[in-house]
Amino acid sequence: MAVLRVKFTKGQRDKLAQMLWLLNWVSVMTGIILFSLGLFVKVEFSKKEELMADRDFQPVLNLLIAVGLIACIINLLGGKICYDCVDTNKFLRWKLLILPYIICSFFFTGCMLVGALMCYSMQEELQESLAEGLRDVMRYYKDTDSPGRCFLKHTMDLLQIQFQCCGNRDHRDWFHIQWISNRYLDMSKREVVDRLHSNVEGKYLLDSVPFSCCNTNSPRPCIQYQITNNSAHFNYDYLTEDLNLWKRGCHQALVEYYTKLMHSTGSTGLLIWLFELSILTGVRYLQTAMENVLRQGDPESESDGWLLENSLVETARNNFNILKNLGKINQIDTILPAGQLTMVNGRIQQSCITVL
Amino acid sequence: MALLKIKLPFQKRVRLAQGLWLLSWVAMFSGAVTFAVGILLKTELVRREEVMHNNDIHIVPNLLMVVGLASVGINICAGKVCQDSLDTSRFPRWKTVLIPFFCVSLFFTTMLLIAMALSYILQPSLEESLKLGLKNGIRFYKDTDTPGRCFQKETIDRLQMEFQCCGNSNYRDWFEVQWVNNRYLDFTSNEVKDRVRSNVDGRYLVDGVPFSCCNPASPRPCIQYQLLDNTAHYNYEHQTEELNLHGRGCRQALLNHYRGLMNTIGPGVLSAFLMQMSVLLGLRYLQTSMQAVGQENMEVETEGYILEKGVKETVKELKEEMSRFFQGQVDAAPPAAQPKAEPEKAAMPAS
Repeated sequence: MAVLRVKFTKGQRDKLAQMLWLLNWVSVMTGIILFSLGLFVKVEFSKKEELMADRDFQPVLNLLIAVGLIACIINLLGGKICYDCVDTNKFLRWKLLILPYIICSFFFTGCMLVGALMCYSMQEELQESLAEGLRDVMRYYKDTDSPGRCFLKHTMDLLQIQFQCCGNRDHRDWFHIQWISNRYLDMSKREVVDRLHSNVEGKYLLDSVPFSCCNTNSPRPCIQYQITNNSAHFNYDYLTEDLNLWKRGCHQALVEYYTKLMHSTGSTGLLIWLFELSILTGVRYLQTAMENVLRQGDPESESDGWLLENSLVETARNNFNILKNLGKINQIDTILPAGQLTMVNGRIQQSCITVL
Repeated sequence: MALLKIKLPFQKRVRLAQGLWLLSWVAMFSGAVTFAVGILLKTELVRREEVMHNNDIHIVPNLLMVVGLASVGINICAGKVCQDSLDTSRFPRWKTVLIPFFCVSLFFTTMLLIAMALSYILQPSLEESLKLGLKNGIRFYKDTDTPGRCFQKETIDRLQMEFQCCGNSNYRDWFEVQWVNNRYLDFTSNEVKDRVRSNVDGRYLVDGVPFSCCNPASPRPCIQYQLLDNTAHYNYEHQTEELNLHGRGCRQALLNHYRGLMNTIGPGVLSAFLMQMSVLLGLRYLQTSMQAVGQENMEVETEGYILEKGVKETVKELKEEMSRFFQGQVDAAPPAAQPKAEPEKAAMPAS
């Protein structure tokens, strides 16, 4: 009882082969698209790697890139096979290779599905990684004289300007850290010493933010110092002023950006997976139809194509038995010379058993 | 004495037609690229429209777009002519059209050269336009409550941050302008009153700059106010401090940006020009060599040339025809009877 049996005339077989050849070429393009998308995402992640603490996103990204590349190769091969399937003589060349090809492609599309789904699962890790990373960068903002941290100020400023955000959750995060280096603090001044003594850790804390938090849409010149002090500025109310600084926190801005990126990559991956699966189904039908034609002997006749010759359960059982027998093979002397074609379960198979 | 005469046997004619057909496809592609490049340049210029005083420089991308489109059309025609030249029954219909077609094509192709020349000639005009535009932008920076000017602040801020520049020529331009709106000045305070009275126009001038002048690469938090006062900030000397603000002026930054863009476009446009000229030359040879070929004697060997007579003689004939045309307008004498002596201008390189 075959699974999804379909009858194919000679004309239909040829049409199928041609269509599959075309689709394989289209699929090479989509493989290239997936590959470049993977590269793009990898570059985007590496651009902001200073802001991401320790988590490793490389496996998923490398998987996407590898999948894209392998898709191209597999589909190039598939295109050649389908091109040759129109002619039964040329098909004989590929007969032994086509079933392993289908099985490999099937597992490969499984990998593609896994890769696409993993893109959606990254959100949690991304959030934690960014929260930690941003906290560290803000803490080392002032350390422009420490090697290894001297570019963090530049990174943070550019980030706040580019993503239009301020601080980790919001601008008040800057109130809790010392973001001005001690080199630029006049320790002889009373005010500075008072501030340093006003907290346990001896940090110079201000109710001020760096200039990169300033909102370009504000109608008035930016107020970055003494933000909470209404009397320090004319016509200013801290509680109602919302255009002065960027309102969003950089954590939220970055998470949104990367989530959008990963989700669109995942969706593209899923679409390409569906496409590959449909091509694979077509190739399977073509293979079974061509083999049945060869069995019947008449190249012009009608033949059946199917996904599985027997039902799913039976096929599974048969394959399991084959695997079991492979284990027992070592005990049996001479079965078949290597390379001889036999009929096993209605499928033409090459025996892989060698004479001991 | 014909200009650059070549003998063309039948096989060579066929080869010429085939090669030219292929070349016309390539030239069509380069025409499309020229059009796209024109659009790109125009978009870049329109994006910074608010800081430019006049639109003189827009003629360069406009020319590129027009010529790109025309060149696509010209090359489609050229391809058709090449295809038809292999078929003697179809070629005669092109015979009368080809000379005007050459004139029009030459005109558009020289436009490419003119566009390239203009992009260099108009540089001073662009600089002036930017100077005036930026001056106005800085002057109206504070007018965020005046309709029509309320976006100047945002424009200038974004410009200074994106191009990493400050002011028109340098940051001192901000010292000469009141860039803080009166709405945010406390006129009851003595400091404000003193400053306003200290100059003739009653403007509130400070030695400070907007936040967008701040350089993110500076190791210390940005100093934007009291820039000339060394005592106002700890460990600060304004003469030696380089990294605090952006060093260059926005006029120079924008000029460099546009110069770089046009220098990148230049070689592309030049190669499009050369491609188009080679197509036209080949087509001229094909046309002149096909003149002697008739329905019966397709395989005969013919000669191809650029001008039937030499350059000087052609120009003389042209002048005579023009004077005859203008004098004998009433007579309705057909002046354009001889296609060979038709206006092949002296723009063609003399032999």
